[in-house]
Amino acid sequence: MHVPARRVVRGLGLLCAAALSLTACSSSGSTAASGSGDASAGASAVQAALAKGGTITVWAWEPTLKQVVTDFEAKYPKVHVNLVNAGTGDKQYTALQNAVSAGSGGPDVAQIEYYALGQFALGKSVQDLTQFGAASLNGTFSPGPWSSVDIAGGVYALPMDSGPMALFYNKKVFDQYKLTVPSTWAEYLDDARKLHAANPNAYITNDTGDAGFTTSLIWQAGGHPYKVDGTKVSVDFSDAGSTAFTSTWQQLVSGKLVAPINSWSDQWYKGLGDGTIATLATGAWMPANFVSGVPGASGDWRVAPLPQWQAGQNASAENGGSSLAVMKASANQDLAYAFLKFADAGPGVQDRIKGGAFPATTADLNSPAFLNTAFPYFGGQQANQIFAQSAKNVVKGWQYLPFQVYANSIFNDNVGKAYVSSTTLAQGLKNWQDASLRYGSQQGFTTG
Amino acid sequence: MTATTPAPTKTSGPGRSPRLRTASSRPRRAYSVDRPRRSRTLTALSSLIVLYTLVPLAWLVVSATKTQANLLGSPGLWFSGRFALWDNISQTLTYDHHVFLRWLLNTLLYVVLGAGGATLLAVLAGYGLAKFDFRGKKTVFAVVIGAVAVPATALAVPTFLMFSTMGLTNTPWAVIIPSLVSPFGLYLMWVFASEAVPAELLEAARVDGSGEVRTFFTIALPLLSPGIVTVLLFTVVATWNNYFLPLIMIKDPNWYPLTLGLNAWNAQAATAGGQPVFNLVITGSLLTIVPLVAAFLLLQRYWQSGLAAGSVKE
Amino acid sequence: MTVADPPARSRPRRSARGWAGFGFTAPFLAVFALVFLAPIAYSIYLSLFQDRLIGGTTFVGIANYRQAIADPQFWDGLGRVALFLAVQVPVMLGIALLVALALDSGRLYGRDFFRITVFLPYAVPAVVATLMWGFMYGTRFGLVADLNHAFGVTLPDPLSPHLILASIGNIVTWEFIGYNMLIFYSALRVIPHSLYEAAAIDGAGQWRIVAAVKLPAIRGAVVIATIFSIIGSFQLFNEPSILRPLVPDSVTTSYTPNLYTYSLAFSGQQEDYAATVAIIMGVLTMIVAYAFQLRGMRKEA
Repeated sequence: MHVPARRVVRGLGLLCAAALSLTACSSSGSTAASGSGDASAGASAVQAALAKGGTITVWAWEPTLKQVVTDFEAKYPKVHVNLVNAGTGDKQYTALQNAVSAGSGGPDVAQIEYYALGQFALGKSVQDLTQFGAASLNGTFSPGPWSSVDIAGGVYALPMDSGPMALFYNKKVFDQYKLTVPSTWAEYLDDARKLHAANPNAYITNDTGDAGFTTSLIWQAGGHPYKVDGTKVSVDFSDAGSTAFTSTWQQLVSGKLVAPINSWSDQWYKGLGDGTIATLATGAWMPANFVSGVPGASGDWRVAPLPQWQAGQNASAENGGSSLAVMKASANQDLAYAFLKFADAGPGVQDRIKGGAFPATTADLNSPAFLNTAFPYFGGQQANQIFAQSAKNVVKGWQYLPFQVYANSIFNDNVGKAYVSSTTLAQGLKNWQDASLRYGSQQGFTTG
Repeated sequence: MTATTPAPTKTSGPGRSPRLRTASSRPRRAYSVDRPRRSRTLTALSSLIVLYTLVPLAWLVVSATKTQANLLGSPGLWFSGRFALWDNISQTLTYDHHVFLRWLLNTLLYVVLGAGGATLLAVLAGYGLAKFDFRGKKTVFAVVIGAVAVPATALAVPTFLMFSTMGLTNTPWAVIIPSLVSPFGLYLMWVFASEAVPAELLEAARVDGSGEVRTFFTIALPLLSPGIVTVLLFTVVATWNNYFLPLIMIKDPNWYPLTLGLNAWNAQAATAGGQPVFNLVITGSLLTIVPLVAAFLLLQRYWQSGLAAGSVKE
Repeated sequence: MTVADPPARSRPRRSARGWAGFGFTAPFLAVFALVFLAPIAYSIYLSLFQDRLIGGTTFVGIANYRQAIADPQFWDGLGRVALFLAVQVPVMLGIALLVALALDSGRLYGRDFFRITVFLPYAVPAVVATLMWGFMYGTRFGLVADLNHAFGVTLPDPLSPHLILASIGNIVTWEFIGYNMLIFYSALRVIPHSLYEAAAIDGAGQWRIVAAVKLPAIRGAVVIATIFSIIGSFQLFNEPSILRPLVPDSVTTSYTPNLYTYSLAFSGQQEDYAATVAIIMGVLTMIVAYAFQLRGMRKEA
């Protein structure tokens, strides 16, 4: 399939990554970050591919990529990008997985959330990008997202956006019921009780069991339930971080203080608008959804730092966020990587910020223009300052399972019980742990 | 197929002659004509079922008149706020570069080729099985019915992998080819053909020197037409409502049928940066069922007689 | 092809005609083989292997079948669809039969209106029907909420774990009453007049005629409708799968065997084990449907 010449070039790239030390590669690539004139062989192949042109298919659901594609095609007229929304999240992963096992029908580039990337990297279905000089982009991205794409010595995707967490709260409701913005989860619990007592139709937040949310809060609490070392995995939801989460959250659930409304449902959007749901602890990508989904509540909401598990701390975690990866089955990997770089580390980033996305690039996270942006929806608040601070405070060392997509798909089978029956959260998490480990050993992992 | 529609069927088209029935259904009616006394109690009891049937549809129609903002704030079965039906319809049709129209055309393509082809194959095979003796005929039906019992999900992965090797996934063929087989249609046509096409008529044609293909088109097809309309309606409903197969096979929204498109709009609210369009989901749902309902109403005289003949036998 | 055969060749026509019959059937069989038989054969092949993320594909013989037989999630789902079959199918077919009899009795006002209205839901795609009922089931903004407000009551939540199966049953019933009603009604319409005359001479009343003439006469239609409903129940997938995002805690990934196969194959990438579960389900469905058919037919004889 591949042109021999290109194979040689790619071989050189691999050599660069493998034989030379990482610093040697990145020193040659530090100029690469600024654009043309790349020294590494892989990068020059990328330039050649751009000049030659061609067509690539991108599977992504992120709406701001439309503008990126338009600008990319304008800059490189010989390149055509076929942007396809093949489903959101796990639906798209299913399609990707199908295409991988079928050996054809897949895209050249795919949007993959951080929690899912490990699975595709392990399955060798996405390309290691170090051969294109991607290792040199280390400093370009904030540490949280970068650690998610930097897997076992390879770089398997470029971070597209990130979701450092913050607390969104409905100021109108808080003022009406004289609640103070919580700085700890204990205060959050007090607010929840006060609010629900004052108005039985109002809740501090909604929760029906969400794998991403639960793991993010455990992450913030310093928990490390997942430990992955090659093909050896362990799951333990009884560590201190997990216990901190369950003991507080169990009180919210048992006390019926969280609204039994599914996130993203019509009821949810309605509840965010009418005061039924008073706060949301979620990723920094949320503002765009507020603007489009809850236009009626413009001006009511504000952003605050995420409440802490211990007073005085500054811990945060990531929630959501995704990367763009080059599929191993792609016949046009050089061009695919060119698109990745344009969208994630090039002019595409500005397009996406304008569209309401939250970047993963340090330069943008630190730029005054970005930090001082006033959000009319949040009453003119400069919310990016809180998000950017949160990005810096993300607790280090978190790991996801190499089969997290499947694990998350069975979260509600197990932990969901805690929301609709007398099962406790701790028991639900234990069941989830067992089911995840069972799957792991069926898939040939060493579990312990 | 329409070219061979027989004269008798045409004369009993909608709005004219009240019934078109097969020979077996003619001697009938005297019994209830003898007792024309209508019962209010029975009508009232049956009305409960009609109510049950209509409430969700009424909800759909009423909801289609509401704006996204008003959708949840008002009682579901009564109009409220601005009457936004026309707005919603035009939004549904124009949203995202008229993608709904594209989905509608895709659905029509799948229905015309899929349901049309399925009907053709079922008619040919049903006729062949009913009117000819050949080796292995008995096992055919057993195998076909047996295969129906295998869950569709069981076939999904292998079919996907096979189609993928053939380069058919993400193309209309991946939806059309599996739709071409309608075991229920085959069953219906088999029973119908054995009833509606007298063997003597075929024998007479053969004696006259007509070849099998010509006999089929000139003698059998006209007699089979009520059954054909019935099978066609069932296969049209099946392909129009097809969800699972395209869900697996089609990843490019440009090839989505309406069902997948509506589901995608419904899921769109769950995306970072996505826009909730529940009003369009509801209006789109309404627009999706209108053509089918219209087809049912217009063609009911044809398909009911076909079904009648099909269900007498086992 | 259409040119007339010479009369002299009337002897070998029997086999020629056999070939013609096969010729009519062949196109169907060819596509059938491609989209049914080949995937089934492929499934059986797959079910003998195991494919792991670590370690790749190995031949495991009947190990997958052993695992399935000892799999509580599989039996859970199977028990659920069996319960569904035992309750929903009789209710749905019973109502359909009553409506068909009422229509056929000629004692209804506006019979044509009734017939077409009850049939209408069949035209609604399962996706749309489920989305619609999902909206209406809501205790916060749905129809259930409206009823609660209007009558000052608190109805149980139709989406809670202990009611969700009944709620799914309701959606399926709603979708298919009209379809089954029509099969029964059509069968009733073609009962030979002579049977009624005989009953009328005996002086039989309405109910007597229903029991002695109508029901026996449409037994075939009832058997067919039941077999299709048995298959439908065992394959229950669309409704729970579309409801799942709305009620993730009530509808698990192994809620029905079909849903279980789907999540095994597509989220869990265990195509081999999924194929095994599906084959077992297919065999079970065939056995139950066949047993029912035997029973139904024997009674008739």
